[in-house]
Amino acid sequence: MTERPLSPHLSVYRMSRYTLLTSILNRATGLVLSLGLILLVYWLVATASGGAAYRGARAVLSLGVLKALYVILLATFSYHLFAGIRHLVWDTGHGLERAQSQRSAALVVIAAFLLFVGLAWWALHAGGAR
Amino acid sequence: MTLRSPLARVLGQGSAKEGVHHWWMQRLTSVALVPLTVWFVVSLLSLPSLDHATVSAWIGQLWTAVFLILLVLTGAWHSQLGARVVVEDYVHESGARTLVLTLITFFHVVVAVAGVLAILKVALGGAP
Repeated sequence: MTERPLSPHLSVYRMSRYTLLTSILNRATGLVLSLGLILLVYWLVATASGGAAYRGARAVLSLGVLKALYVILLATFSYHLFAGIRHLVWDTGHGLERAQSQRSAALVVIAAFLLFVGLAWWALHAGGAR
Repeated sequence: MTLRSPLARVLGQGSAKEGVHHWWMQRLTSVALVPLTVWFVVSLLSLPSLDHATVSAWIGQLWTAVFLILLVLTGAWHSQLGARVVVEDYVHESGARTLVLTLITFFHVVVAVAGVLAILKVALGGAP
């Protein structure tokens, strides 16, 4: 086969102005959320397996390393949500100009940060009551 | 000027009209996942306790089960589509790529089936 240039052409983009970073972050957070899906199904299966199995699974799900993952999952969910909405807006043909996409990139980061802080605060308080 | 290859002209075959299927399903699932994921996170954080009785009673509610099943199915589909694109972009060796894509697809089907069956079992009162 002939040597053709294959996407992604990582080296041709400039790292400034958020846009490359927000794009690659959307992929990375998507992959992390796939781990969240596995945890969700593990939790559901444990619930369906009865009280004793659930207590065992809950001990696993309460491990410190997984608690750190929940914080990361809240952050990645917050980010992927707004980055995904940005993509859906692009699909309607709006906001594709360079200045607009740089502005929306910053907007996504700010919105994701605020949502993450709110959710983390809520989770902390809800966790205290349990 | 035509952009069709000589082989395509000889065979007389046009587009199968499936070129945008992946793109469209990615969009469709992402639109659905906006309310579903927000509902799930809010519901989870609102639960008074995470013990077995509370969680089972929650899943036992009809609309909870409906939205959970939709979340697992749509989430698994969206995740599979996304993981596929990442592999297609970064795994260039065709044998390894096919193997990884096959494993990813099988894995997502298992996750989806296990999740849905678990929800149904709890919702229909089959959980011990």
